[in-house]
Amino acid sequence: MRSLILRTVAPLIVGLMVLFSIFVLLRGHNEPGGGFIGGLIAVAALSIYGIAFGVETVRRAIVFHPLAIAGAGLMLSTLSGLVSMVFHVPFMTGLWIYPVILGEEVPLSSVMTFDIGVYLVVVGAVTSVALSLEERGED
Amino acid sequence: MSVADLTFLALLLPFLGAIVAPLVTRILGHNAAWALALVPVAIFLHLTGFSAEIARGEVVTGGYAWVPSFQVRFSWLIDGLSLTFMLLISGIGALIVLYSGGYLKGHPHQGRFFSFLLMFMGSMLGLVASDSFLMLFIFWELTSITSFLLIGFDHQREAARRAALQALVVTGGGGLFLLAGLIILWNMTGISQFSLLTAFAPQVKASPLYLAALILVLGGAFTKSAQFPFHFWLPNAMEAPTPVSAYLHSATMVKAGVYLLMRLYPVLGGTPAWQIILPVFGAATLIIGALLAVRQTDLKLMLAYTTVSSLGLLVLLTGFGAPYAIEAAALYLVAHCLFKGALFMVAGSIDHETGMRDVTRLGGLRSAMPLTFAAALASAASMGGLPPFFGFLAKEEVYAALYAFDGRAIIFAALAVVGNALMFAAAFAVALKPFIGKRVETPQAAHEAPLLLWLGPAVLALMGLAVALLSGTVHQLITSPMASAIAGEARVVTISLAPHFGVPAALSTLTVLLGIGFYLRLARLRAAIAAALAAIGWGPDRGFDQAMRGLVRLSCAVTRRLQTGRLDIYMTATFTLLAVVLIVPPFLYGELARAPVFPQDIPLHELAIMAIAVIGLVAVILAQDRLTAIVSLGIQGFSVAVIFLLYGAPDLAFTQFMIETLAVVILALVMTRLRLSPSDHRPLRESLPDAAIALACGLGATLFLLKVTQAPFDTGLSDFFNQYSKTIAHGANVVNVIIVDFRGTDTLGEIAVVMIAALAILSLVRLRAGSLRRIADNDPDAEEASR
Amino acid sequence: MEPVFSLLTGIFLTIAIYLMMSKFIIRMLMGVVILGNAVNLLIFTSGRIMREVPPVIGPGLDVPAGPVANPLPQALILTAIVISFSFFAFLLVLSWRAYSTLGTDNTDEMRVAEPDGTPLPPLGY
Repeated sequence: MRSLILRTVAPLIVGLMVLFSIFVLLRGHNEPGGGFIGGLIAVAALSIYGIAFGVETVRRAIVFHPLAIAGAGLMLSTLSGLVSMVFHVPFMTGLWIYPVILGEEVPLSSVMTFDIGVYLVVVGAVTSVALSLEERGED
Repeated sequence: MSVADLTFLALLLPFLGAIVAPLVTRILGHNAAWALALVPVAIFLHLTGFSAEIARGEVVTGGYAWVPSFQVRFSWLIDGLSLTFMLLISGIGALIVLYSGGYLKGHPHQGRFFSFLLMFMGSMLGLVASDSFLMLFIFWELTSITSFLLIGFDHQREAARRAALQALVVTGGGGLFLLAGLIILWNMTGISQFSLLTAFAPQVKASPLYLAALILVLGGAFTKSAQFPFHFWLPNAMEAPTPVSAYLHSATMVKAGVYLLMRLYPVLGGTPAWQIILPVFGAATLIIGALLAVRQTDLKLMLAYTTVSSLGLLVLLTGFGAPYAIEAAALYLVAHCLFKGALFMVAGSIDHETGMRDVTRLGGLRSAMPLTFAAALASAASMGGLPPFFGFLAKEEVYAALYAFDGRAIIFAALAVVGNALMFAAAFAVALKPFIGKRVETPQAAHEAPLLLWLGPAVLALMGLAVALLSGTVHQLITSPMASAIAGEARVVTISLAPHFGVPAALSTLTVLLGIGFYLRLARLRAAIAAALAAIGWGPDRGFDQAMRGLVRLSCAVTRRLQTGRLDIYMTATFTLLAVVLIVPPFLYGELARAPVFPQDIPLHELAIMAIAVIGLVAVILAQDRLTAIVSLGIQGFSVAVIFLLYGAPDLAFTQFMIETLAVVILALVMTRLRLSPSDHRPLRESLPDAAIALACGLGATLFLLKVTQAPFDTGLSDFFNQYSKTIAHGANVVNVIIVDFRGTDTLGEIAVVMIAALAILSLVRLRAGSLRRIADNDPDAEEASR
Repeated sequence: MEPVFSLLTGIFLTIAIYLMMSKFIIRMLMGVVILGNAVNLLIFTSGRIMREVPPVIGPGLDVPAGPVANPLPQALILTAIVISFSFFAFLLVLSWRAYSTLGTDNTDEMRVAEPDGTPLPPLGY
């Protein structure tokens, strides 16, 4: 798939898709969306990038090994559940803080970090599968 | 510490000893026997503390709650019966431990042997001390297991392995019968303790389940106590080292079955069934065991078969139901422990010192082994029922019980006389033949056994004399309480060495004369029995082999039938069952769905998308090339996504959309690479039944779902989530709030699964070709070698 | 609407099971994918069908205004979709590996672990 058009458009599309995936992830709590969907959109973006430029480029672009990303996500999700221990409430109880950043009240919560963990797991795991399969295709 | 605590400790002590035994043996070598013998000695001393209470006819019970929710207790019952057994177990146990020290001197696994032996001792003590049914069963099976370990101690010989397995299968299997029998008793009365059960005896005997309980209990007792036709495992168990034969297979474990019969005598005994089954099997065992004993030339085998015979006599007496029968059983049991344990140890000493166990190739050892000879002679005299030994008292009492002038008693008395005479001959064949006559060359030059080896038989032989001389005290302390405990009412044993005349004495004399006759004609008798056995040509021992082989063949055939290794058969079976489960119960229980009312106002676009989904599905089945198959698969997936979108599930729609895309992509990646054809190669005769099963499943699922949706809907959970999603969890998208907040722990598990799947996929992809081939060869040895 | 969905689910299940009873791994795989959809539809239908109103609470409200689609089956299905995809990917790679190692895609010929005609286990002791 060494199409010139794809190669030209790919960086733009991929950038937009990754941005969109994060948007879907963050709005998930109040609108349709969330970690699973966001993660899958990001995977799709990376797959397109891989088709355009080859697997190696993708691996370089995401810096970490995909499974390391997934592992980090799983850990983040677990820790989000464990934070509640500090406050002597049951595991996985949602905790919210409302810091004011730049004059705007921003709701942050352990639920959100949990969802980010889900996102990372989906991105890491599915990317790892897709990339390793694509890699074999180039053998 | 209270007495109860000490008793508990005494029951625990052998197991503690078993733990330290290997270590002690490593430090002290064979002299560890002296240290380890302290364990049974301590138990023995603790138990003698009860003798005063027991002699007064009292009963000592104690214990702890074990599984309170099922009213199961760890509790013991010490009365005349169990105390006698426990004294025998610990007393003879101490001598056996010492004997093993000498017998297995220098054996590389002597420590292990001590460990097994002490474990057995603990199990056996627990068995006879148990008050609760379950505790008895557990210790019962533990004795089977430890006996397995001890018989198979010399596990490099196939004969030992076979004997061990045989003993385990027969006695362990019998234990399961016993368990069933005890549970029936438990169910019948609501009582799970022997000490309380006696009061329910009339109720048990009147119950319609009485016969079932009796037969099941007898199944346990007869296998353990080697009654015909389960006697064959006991001679085979002679593969064990001789201390084991002396301890387990003559003095203690094989008596567990008799113990059980005696323990349950007040509850189950005395009925016509009891008085027919027990004497018949006992007499058969008595005669067959004695005949087979005389046939043997191996010292240990002769003794083993006489043990079978003696056990038969004990069962006969326990079931006979005449005056003196219980007293005779109690006396004979004690006497047998003493003389048979001693004779086994003598046989072991001869074997140990000469390297020869065949009685026809031994002779003239009296000058080389005088102490052993003396012990042997005294024990044989006791076994043969000669005065002034304890065996004489026992035999007198036996005849006193059996003799009566009715037809039944005459038959059994005659059988007992013949059996005892044969045992007499066997006893002197073991204890006299090797020592008298001309000296015969043996593999090792014979000389007197060391202290550890002659001590045990000498002490037991002296005991056989002493208890006969002090019969009054012994009756008061041991045998009378024991007989009373068995009978469930006060019994007084009075027999002594004082001269007396009557039918019993005449029968006794007849036995001795007949025995001397058999002894003198031993060779001819042996040949005659051997010829008879050859004519029969089949025995339960061979039957056991055939049964075991048959079992392997059967299980192999069944496994091959059920696990063919062919996936499509598993699939067909699974889905056939699914179809049956979905379709049959609604018809059986009249739970069919009402005729569905299809809505008339379905918008066209919804119908269209469903039609597209179905077209996609059909196309997947019909596809002849890869591209069509992949595209069709994508079509049905995307249709589902659209359906989700149309029916208020945008989250699902988006996720399904992404997933379908990715699935199609990776399916295409793999399929194009493998050049796999998606088309079906099933012939019609396979595809039609498959289609029928699939249709049945689909129909079943439709009916099921119709029924489910026609039932009233409980909206409780959904209302809860809708209500609190915003107010508690601060999220407007209820689905997402459920996933990340309400049911967050589930989601955590699910992403862990995703992670693990990715790891598994990655490792599959990364496997090197070489390692794959090794797995394919499926040869663990080669894999091991290549490392 | 539920009767229509029941029928649709039945059709999905029929096709999935028919495919899974094939001897060829690639068809079985396609069957597994469709089975996933069939089960998701089953859960969706048993939670009752509601047109077009997603379970999202409007701005400024604390509870949904009016009836909305049942959120519970949706949450179950959402994770089920992702899990069944992971499962499918694993099976796919597994069958690819099996094919490249054993040289066949016919399950009848995959007899490495349980070959035909293995002898009886030893009959001795």
